[in-house]
Amino acid sequence: MSEKVKIRLKVNGEDVTYEVDAHMSLMRALREHYVWDVKCGCEVGECGTCTVLLDGQAVKSCLTLAAACDGHEVWTNKGLGYRDPLTARLQEAFVECGSVQCGFCTPGMIVAGAAYLKHGGKADRAAIKNIISGNLCRCTGYVKIVDAIYLVAKEIEEGRLTA
Amino acid sequence: MNTKHIMKEYDYLKPSGLDEALQILSEKEKVKIYAGGTDLIVKLKMETVPDMDYMMDINGIEELKQVEYTDEGVRIGANRKLWDIETDQRMTSLFPALTDAVKAMAAISVRNLASIGGNFCNASPVADAVGPVMCYGGTLEIASARGVRKVPAKDFFLAPGVTVLEKDEMLTGIFIPTPKGDVGHAFTKMARTKSDIAKLSLCVALARDGGRIGHIAMSMGAVAARPLFLEEISAGLAGKEMSESLAMETGEAVSGFLQPIDDNRTTAVYRKDVTKTMVADALALAWARSGGA
Ligand SMILES: Cc1cc2nc3c(=O)[nH]c(=O)nc-3n(C[C@H](O)[C@H](O)[C@H](O)COP(=O)(O)OP(=O)(O)OC[C@H]3O[C@@H](n4cnc5c(N)ncnc54)[C@H](O)[C@@H]3O)c2cc1C
Ligand code: FES
Ligand code: FES
Repeated sequence: MSEKVKIRLKVNGEDVTYEVDAHMSLMRALREHYVWDVKCGCEVGECGTCTVLLDGQAVKSCLTLAAACDGHEVWTNKGLGYRDPLTARLQEAFVECGSVQCGFCTPGMIVAGAAYLKHGGKADRAAIKNIISGNLCRCTGYVKIVDAIYLVAKEIEEGRLTA
Repeated sequence: MNTKHIMKEYDYLKPSGLDEALQILSEKEKVKIYAGGTDLIVKLKMETVPDMDYMMDINGIEELKQVEYTDEGVRIGANRKLWDIETDQRMTSLFPALTDAVKAMAAISVRNLASIGGNFCNASPVADAVGPVMCYGGTLEIASARGVRKVPAKDFFLAPGVTVLEKDEMLTGIFIPTPKGDVGHAFTKMARTKSDIAKLSLCVALARDGGRIGHIAMSMGAVAARPLFLEEISAGLAGKEMSESLAMETGEAVSGFLQPIDDNRTTAVYRKDVTKTMVADALALAWARSGGA
């Protein structure tokens, strides 16, 4: 019963092979392989701090089975920050706008924000609030997080940055 | 430990075609289907999933993710992701109550995973995508190695978490007929925050016949042990002249008919009370959208 499952996936641009339990979430699998910027919060899909890009779409990695990710591509906040100029800029904007307090929600917020911007999201505060609605922050009151995503969206709209 | 591991042991299976999946369901015992996992994984972590020996991941089956339009209507594959449904322009123009309901569910990072079929098969009385499909007269396509059968969406649910699916069966698709005539729809949901589970949800789909209601279907979520299709009250409205007082009376009638319960989201009294205005408002909105004065 319950054999290990071998999965091949791309994590932050690198091909990796993980051996995982059939019942392990993607979040657990990533953290077991030292991808610690993916945070473990509620583990039941409520808080959003575990958000990663799976094939370019923001998903809650605590709700995703690692076994189901064989052949897929995962990007996390840290990997995106190193390799993707848009996310790197968004991370800076979080600092500039004071969007980080305890920092616990930040990796998920950045990934959710980056997914929004990459899919052509506009500098529209209501739309930005909507896309971070699955990400809880207990510190900032959200305003500064929205500010940061808005700022980068504006830069893209003004042609100072490409999405 | 402040973490939630899945303690259950099972084998993981990933069929690449529908036939293979149906074969697995007919040959093996205690198989659970994994579509988006957004209900199932949470339940596994809360240890509320009964016995399972196999987890069958259906994400390798392409045909379950497809959507197909014909003159008669749309067929949505059971494992089509909610995000692909809400961003489909044709879906939004034909079935706005459905796309509104989907947009009101969870967060994008959940809707990228979650499937419409999972929303049905989880069979929660609060499942948001169910009401619109029932009101549009949708039919569910159910398959097993024994064959395919069709069940009207309104007859799919038996009790919380229980559907008409036999243990060797799975949901493969949802067919919704194209609404005809001067149609108007409304989906409304009351919840603590936008992406929260409903305290109450309501769907109305009507076809206008001049100043009268032609055909109408209404349903509610979170008021009974299963998604509630208001068949008789709706039938009683057909042929009636639309007016503000009719909308109010209908709100009273629906509220009087309900026997909701108290739970951790709200109380029975609240549900009965708010239903009155919710129904009256949604009727008026659907009417206005149908072009009615
Ligand atoms: C944070 C959060 C918020 C949520 N908010 C809402 C909300 O506002 N409204 C709402 O309605 N829901 C909500 N949900 C619940 C859930 O996201 C939806 O019900 C979703 O549509 C389930 O789809 P899934 O593909 O993830 O299902 P899964 O979890 O994969 O499956 C659910 C159940 O259906 C069975 N199943 C799945 N597909 C099939 C099939 N094709 N044939 C037979 N059985 C099948 C599974 O075995 C399982 O028992 C929320 C969930 C989370 C985690
Ligand atoms: S840890 Fe995944 S949503 Fe909270
Ligand atoms: S900064 Fe502390 S939770 Fe958001």
